[in-house]
Parts: sequence; C-alpha cells; structure tokens
Amino acid sequence: MSSIGTGYDLSASQFSPDGRVFQVEYAQKAVENSGTVVGLRGTDGVVLAVEKLITSKLYEPGTNTRIFNVDTHIGMAVSGLISDARQLVENAKTEASNYRSQYGNNIPLKYLNDRVSMYMHAYTLYSAIRPYGCSVLVSSWDEVDGPSLYMMDPSGVSYGYYGCAVGKAKQAAKTEIEKLKLHDMKIEDLVKEAAKIIYLVHDELKDKQFELELSWIGKNTNGLHQRVPLKVFQDAEKYAKAAMEEDSDSNSEDM
Amino acid sequence: MNFYGGTIHNGFNDSRNSFGGFRGVDDYNFQPDIDRGFITRAHTPLTTVTSVLALSYEGGVVMAADLVGSYGSLMRFKNCPRIMRVNANVVIGASGDYADFQYLQQIIKQKIIEEECLDDGISIKPRALFCWLTRVLYQRRSKFDPLWNTFVIAGLQDGQPYISCVDKLGTGYEDKQVATGFGSHLATPLFREAVENKPLPSKEEAIAVVKKSLEILFYRDARSFDKYLLATVDSNGAVIEEPQLIKPDWSLAALTECP
Amino acid sequence: MALVLKNSSAALNQHSFSPYADNGGSIVAVAGDDYVVIASDSRLSTGYSIYTRDQSKLFKLSNDSVLGCCGCWCDVLSLTKLLEARMQMYLHEHQKVMSTPAISQMLSTMLYYKRLFPYYILNILAGFDNDGKGVVYSYDPIGNLEKSKFKAGGSSGALLQPVLDNQLGLSNIKEKPEAITLEKALNVVKDAFISATERDIYTGDSIIINIITREGIREEKLELRKD
Repeated sequence: MSSIGTGYDLSASQFSPDGRVFQVEYAQKAVENSGTVVGLRGTDGVVLAVEKLITSKLYEPGTNTRIFNVDTHIGMAVSGLISDARQLVENAKTEASNYRSQYGNNIPLKYLNDRVSMYMHAYTLYSAIRPYGCSVLVSSWDEVDGPSLYMMDPSGVSYGYYGCAVGKAKQAAKTEIEKLKLHDMKIEDLVKEAAKIIYLVHDELKDKQFELELSWIGKNTNGLHQRVPLKVFQDAEKYAKAAMEEDSDSNSEDM
Repeated sequence: MNFYGGTIHNGFNDSRNSFGGFRGVDDYNFQPDIDRGFITRAHTPLTTVTSVLALSYEGGVVMAADLVGSYGSLMRFKNCPRIMRVNANVVIGASGDYADFQYLQQIIKQKIIEEECLDDGISIKPRALFCWLTRVLYQRRSKFDPLWNTFVIAGLQDGQPYISCVDKLGTGYEDKQVATGFGSHLATPLFREAVENKPLPSKEEAIAVVKKSLEILFYRDARSFDKYLLATVDSNGAVIEEPQLIKPDWSLAALTECP
Repeated sequence: MALVLKNSSAALNQHSFSPYADNGGSIVAVAGDDYVVIASDSRLSTGYSIYTRDQSKLFKLSNDSVLGCCGCWCDVLSLTKLLEARMQMYLHEHQKVMSTPAISQMLSTMLYYKRLFPYYILNILAGFDNDGKGVVYSYDPIGNLEKSKFKAGGSSGALLQPVLDNQLGLSNIKEKPEAITLEKALNVVKDAFISATERDIYTGDSIIINIITREGIREEKLELRKD
C-alpha cells in the first residue's frame, strides 16, 4: 500500500499523480475480503453461486442471503459489504419497476446493467461520499436474447461474461471456470460445476464455515429467476463434495 | 340525490337539530366549478364496464364479469377482461371506468412482483388487499380525483371464503355475496336467497346461481354482454376460466325466430 | 347544483362527483353508574339499496371504551383506523391505555382538524369517566362534543332520542328519577330500535349491543326487520 500517507486516498474526487482513484481501489479491496461469488452462463441459462461465509455459529441458517430477486426475470448475487449491496438491490428493483410502468415489459438486463453501473459510478465522483463496497453479478434469460450475465464492480465498470468470479478466491475460481466448456454446457451441469468451484476454492483454514447459495434462470425455469430446488441443490452439493474427495485423493497420490 | 324528504324524523337534513344529525349531503357538494375559480379534477368515466358478481360457496368463492367495454351507450370493446388473479388465494374484479381499473391493475401487479421477489413465502391475503384498496380509493376521493371503480375482492382468508367490496369513495364492506352495478339490483336478491340463513351452497349450486344472474343481466342490463369470465378460488387455487358464452332463451319473445 | 346547471349543457351530461355518501345507520348509548351500553344497527345502505345487512358500527377502542360511528362509511373507516393508530401511539408513549375522557378529547380534536373538509360522521363514545362512572360522549361531524348519560344519533336519531328522553330522562313526568338499571337500559334500547326500524328505512336488519362493565365487554345481538 504505497499510497497510504500520500494524501491522495482520502477522497474519491481526487486523482493521485499517477492517475489512480484510491478510494475506488479500497472499495475493491472490500470486495476481495468477502466470500467468493461465481456466475456461469451456458447455452440455456445462467447459474449464480455464492460462498456465504458464516462468521458466527449463533447466526440462524438461511439468513443474510447474498442472492436476490431484482424482478421475476433477474437475479443478483453480491459480494462485499452486504448493507451496501442491499442498497444496490433496492436501486435495481426500482429501475426494473419504473421500466415496467413505462413500457409494460420486463426490463432488458443490458439496460438494467447500464443503469445500475451508472449509479455505482456516480458514487466514485464526489468527495462527500464513498464508492459502493461491493461487486454484483446479474443474470437473466429470455426467449429472444438467451442467457446473459453481467458483473459490475465498485468503479462502475461492467462487462458481460460467459463465466465470472469475484470475492476472496476469484483467481482460483477463474482458473476453474476456464477449464469448463461453457459455450456448450446445459444449465443442469452448470449448477454442479458452480457448486464444485465454490467448494474447491473455499479456504477451510481461514474461514471455518460457509453456506452454499445457488440460483438459476433459464429455459427450464420459464425465464424466472429462482433458488434451485432442494433436490437439485443436494445433488450439486454431493457432486461438489465427491469432486473434493477425488481431488484430495489424487493430491495424496502425487505426494 | 337526496333521499331524505326533510320530514320531522329525519336526522340528516336539519343542520340545527341536536340529535347529531347532519346537513343534507347536497349542502356539502364540493363539485368544483370553473366559475368559482376552482380547478376541476374529478373526471367522468369514459370506457365503462358493468356488473361484477361474487358469491361464496362451501370452501371457496366464485366471481364472474362480462367482457364488454362500453363507450356511453356504444358497445365499444368486446374483450375487456376485468377479473384479475392476484395470487393463489385472491382474485379481484372491477366495474366502472376501465382505464382506472387498468391503472390500478398495473400497481397491484408490481406489488405482487415485489412480494414474490422477497421470496419469503408470504403472499397478500384478501382482507389486506381490501384494506389497502379502501385507503387508495379514499385518498383519491379526498383529492377530488377519484378512481371511478367499484372493486370486488374475493378469495380465501385463512381458508375461509371471503368477499368484499370497495367503491370510488373508499366505502368498503365484507359480505358472503356482492354484486356491483346493475347486478346490485338484479343479482343481489338471488344471491341473498342462496346464502342467507342457511349453510353455504355447494360449488355447483353457486356457479349455477351466478350463471343464471349473468343471463338475467344480459336480458335486462343494456350495457352487458353474453361473453364473460368466471373465476373460482378454493383449495384448488385461484382459477380464471376461458371466456364462456351465455346461452340465452328468447323463446318467450314474440317476433323472434328460435331454432 | 344551480351553479353547475347554469354553466353549460356539457355540465348537464357530467357525472357530478360528491366525496360524501350517506350510508345510514343509528347508534344508541346509555350510561349507568357501573355500566354503559352502546348499540348500533347493522344495516349499511345507500339510497334504496342495502350494501350489507351485517355491518356493526361499533368499534372497540379499549377494554372500557367503545365508539359508535355512522354516516358516511368511507369516513368512518378512515377515522376509526386513524383513531386506532393514535391510541396505539399513546399506548407506546405513555405505557398505558387511553382513558375514555382522553379519547373523547382526542376525537374532538381529530374531527375539528378536518373542519374545512369534515368527516361526515355521527360519533357516540361510550365508556367510564375518571370517577369510574358510565359516561356517553356525543359529537357533531366537526368535533363539538357533549357529555351525557344517554344519547341517540344517526339516521333514526330523531326517532330514538325522544324515547330515551321519556323512558330514561323522565322528561315532563312527575316521577322521581331513580337510577336506571342495566336491565331497564337494555329494554329501552331494544324497544327504541324496534320502533325506529318501523319508520326509518336506513335502520334495520339487526342490532349489536355492547354492554361495558368493569368485568369487560359483552356482546348481544337482536334481529330486526329486514325490509
């Protein structure tokens, strides 16, 4: 952190002499401290998977979830500060609602992505406010455009993706995603692979417990974003755990 | 219209009586008038839809409304569905101005989407929707900009048949049966006969009464139509059936040829 | 209406909008030393149409206060909802339930607040005063209140009140007034309603009676003419 103490990191409205906005970079650091989030886009749908870290055994299971419904046809998975993220979810919900009341149709994900990332970007411009400490993945599917997946980060930058990972173990997760042939995979397989990646990149030593969250949207769900059914969830978890066993077996053989 | 003739036992018409009576309703007619420098906001209904019928039966409710949209006396639109499925427990039907209904329908649809997005398994119950509607309509009447509708809310409230009604002022009440518009004159007597002082009718009986009422309305209400929607809410969920046709019997009428 | 008529022929075709409706209904309340009874009919109507035969116009505000409202039903719904909310706020702020005299004053203020666009309602509040004796408060639509021992109001107000004056107030009778027993009060209330129903088309179907004592509130129902 060579920037600390140089005086250019106190405000988002000032560049440093080498052209960086440190407040935004710190916000990105906040995301990197958070549980990993993975998004996979296949031929017929998109899967979102979240490694929700449990910091205390006293928390009730199933609370403080990190996957949200923005509209019936849009899912959002978040990494970073959960309270910041919830505000973005609210913003996205309002955008989706306004679009429907204006045009009577579902908001296209491309358009929602533009609106929300513009909103996030606005928070990188002024001295009185701080950028959002979270990155979000949004997913959608419809008959015309097929599956789509976007990721927005605290700087307000966003891209469309085939596969995407943010959070603690994003590098490891990206390496795993690159091994997949996403362009000809079905959503049923994506769920298993997403679960496997989350289990694989989870660091048991540093973070003891986590809860897996899985959602999908695609042809099979009629274009509705929903948490995967219990049966599918259990199968995916079983697959992930089996893959982990295999992995540790082969590792010990190597040794 | 003032129904009180100003007779001595009339508590409403004499502002000076001490029995807690009121001044006549017309004395407080706040009709805004351009002559008096007010802005006129209260609109008039344009495309209108007529009666909504709703009747309870053992374990559920049935609702029916025809599909015509009238423009004054002109039969203008022949496909104006006005029974809306809210969720598995609730349907609402509207009579009055069709545009106002569509406006409120949009708002309710968005409410449902927001509710579904929360994903907490909680969905609005009919009495809650009824209460909300009374507030919305009352606020609009208080702004002299009413939504020109009478809404009927029907469904299951904690497993029990539930029907209620809200008009453009926000006047609301619950009952075992409701009929709006012309139906309040022609269908209500049949409906009350079906539910008063006896156990609720069976589903088949209730549907038969509703269909008979639709037929009578088709004969006598000039703004009614023979194509209608029929919805039921019971343990099978809220189901709006495909449009059906009334089979009228004109054999009594002279100078008509019946096959 | 005259102003609208002279305006233009277009005005004739317009539906005039009135924010008020008269939905009928009557309320009677009688207070004794250790009880209050308050009764309403259950007919909700507009003009010659009956909306429903089973709409109580009594609102239980606390364990010893009951409000009877009739007139413009949409205003009744709004006022009573607001009143319940205000009582809840009082409860949370003061850690105690509002007394009947406190409610009576708040109700008056709430009605007068809408002086320029009034709630078109007849209110009668029944409960116990600060000495623990039965009391009846009655209001006009804009918040004028009067404390009394018995009161009738609503569409049959002018039919019911003379009966109470005669039977309970013993007006113009050379008889020493004695304390009204609960039994006597109930009989007078029922008879008054039965008689009023004969002449007033906006009152009928049934009456709902709330009997408030220190033990709580008891409810009774009596069928009336349905025509």
